[in-house]
Amino acid sequence: MYLFFFSTKFYDLEKELIVRKIQLIHLLSAFSALIISIALLSVPRDGVSAKETEKKYLTVKGSDTMVHLVSAWAEDFMKVHPDVEISVTGGGSGTGIAALINRTTDICASSRNIKQEEIDLGKQKGVNSEETKVALDGIAVIVNPSNSVSVLTLEQVRKIYTGEYGNWSQVGGPRQDFIILSRESSSGTYVFFQEHVLEKKDYTPRARLMPATSAIIQTVSADKSSIGYVGLGYALEAQGKVKMLSIKANDAAKAVLPSESVVKSGEYSISRPLFLYTNGAPTGTVKEFIDFCLGKQGQEIVRQAGYVTIN
Amino acid sequence: MWKDRLIKAIFFWAASTSILVVACIFFFMGKETVQFFQEKGFSDLWEIRWVPVSFQKQLFGILPLVTGSLLVTILATLIALPFSICGAVYISEVAGKTEREILKPFIELLTGIPSVVIGFFGLVVLAPLVKNTFNLPTGQIALTGALLLALMAVPTIVSISEDALRSVPRSYKEVSLAIGASKLQTILRVTIPAALPGIIAAVMLGMGRVIGETMAVMMVTGNSAIITASPFESVRTMTATIAAEMGEVPFGSLHYRALFVVGFVLLVATFILNMVAQRVLKKYRMA
Repeated sequence: MYLFFFSTKFYDLEKELIVRKIQLIHLLSAFSALIISIALLSVPRDGVSAKETEKKYLTVKGSDTMVHLVSAWAEDFMKVHPDVEISVTGGGSGTGIAALINRTTDICASSRNIKQEEIDLGKQKGVNSEETKVALDGIAVIVNPSNSVSVLTLEQVRKIYTGEYGNWSQVGGPRQDFIILSRESSSGTYVFFQEHVLEKKDYTPRARLMPATSAIIQTVSADKSSIGYVGLGYALEAQGKVKMLSIKANDAAKAVLPSESVVKSGEYSISRPLFLYTNGAPTGTVKEFIDFCLGKQGQEIVRQAGYVTIN
Repeated sequence: MWKDRLIKAIFFWAASTSILVVACIFFFMGKETVQFFQEKGFSDLWEIRWVPVSFQKQLFGILPLVTGSLLVTILATLIALPFSICGAVYISEVAGKTEREILKPFIELLTGIPSVVIGFFGLVVLAPLVKNTFNLPTGQIALTGALLLALMAVPTIVSISEDALRSVPRSYKEVSLAIGASKLQTILRVTIPAALPGIIAAVMLGMGRVIGETMAVMMVTGNSAIITASPFESVRTMTATIAAEMGEVPFGSLHYRALFVVGFVLLVATFILNMVAQRVLKKYRMA
């Protein structure tokens, strides 16, 4: 009995030693694999991508309003120049400008002018922002198709968005409170609207800040007492789902429905230029891309995307 | 032997990396937060308006954001509580073995759904449903957000509560049944009170998860920074604010630092919730 106990105890100890050895081997091999892979990953790859025959990468970040347009440009440009790869991201004009200043993008797409503080911050970091106007855009004020209101003056829109007016009946509509929709503060459209329509006043805290243009379109088409603002291209695309309002610059002016021709002629009061910003004057692949956007093919894409050409 | 010490050291380092990471997060968040307070005072945070982008005056009042997060979290917990407690009780006490084998995995499945998918579902399906049920002008309100968050909190609360309920010693239930109580009476009067600390810990962990949820709330709550206690209004949570605004801020600006302050408040809140919950769970298990 005693011998039996003794032998099983010994057997367990041996087994445990073997198991421990195996564990040690596993651990050491995993550890060394980890170290080797980290070492391999941190080898700089500059030498490889500097070759002329390798692909050239271009990043464009910024305006959500322009993201369809820039993507269309990038796609057609890549067809003509197969050795270039362009990545396009949205996130808002503010995001793009911040990325340009932080040097995490080559080109920034912006639907508003760069602010003085941003220019100064850029200079501090050695970035000289260079502006190129590439298209024009109108901002359409949209409401639900079942809404009886079709015309608003700029002043009325301002009073709605700053919170002075609270009910549709104050502008000739049904007795319902406004559901005011806006973009997030990172959007160029938000800032442009604030500067030119709200005359630099603050939005009402009751304005709902939607994460993207498509969210505004979705909400306006679903909620009857909502009002929102989107780029002309998006409004034209969503023609049946939302109704565009005709805007009067003041009480005496003519009511203008946003469209390509009135934005170009300047008749429509809420229109703005769209820009591409670069660090310094564009050179190399960046210059090729921007020239493409300004050229005949690029401007045709502008028209197809629902924006307005600059010439 | 040195091999033993080596292995002990390796394991020690592996375990301490998690503590190191948490400490680093606190340190870096704290650094930016402190820099905010060098320019603006504490009273600037106590404003009732959050207007970080303005031609007039930037206001960094975090009160609307905190109340927004609180409203949505509390509502979500209240909605999730009955469903999760009843679910946990059913799974641990009432369900047969096969039922349990089917139910548990499906509940765990809910945790696997990405929150942006849940947010999308909320925007397209739940918001119109809420709008039509309550006859509201829009469905993008705190209530919709709370419903989505409850959906996400339920699996967490159910699994931990079920654990707690199963840990109640069989002798308690056997004694109760032996002296003539019905199964329902046993569950209500004996099992649940005995498992109460565990259930409370489960709820706190669920709350901790919910307060940090970003994408789902950002898509359905409407994001307007107002202070309100009504579930039928649009609110802006701390998480949605950081997610929406962090992309645009110029690196190092006041707005950037203000967002770090919001993040720090969020970090501290979740940390406290989780620590208290872990303490309660630990005490309960040892009891």
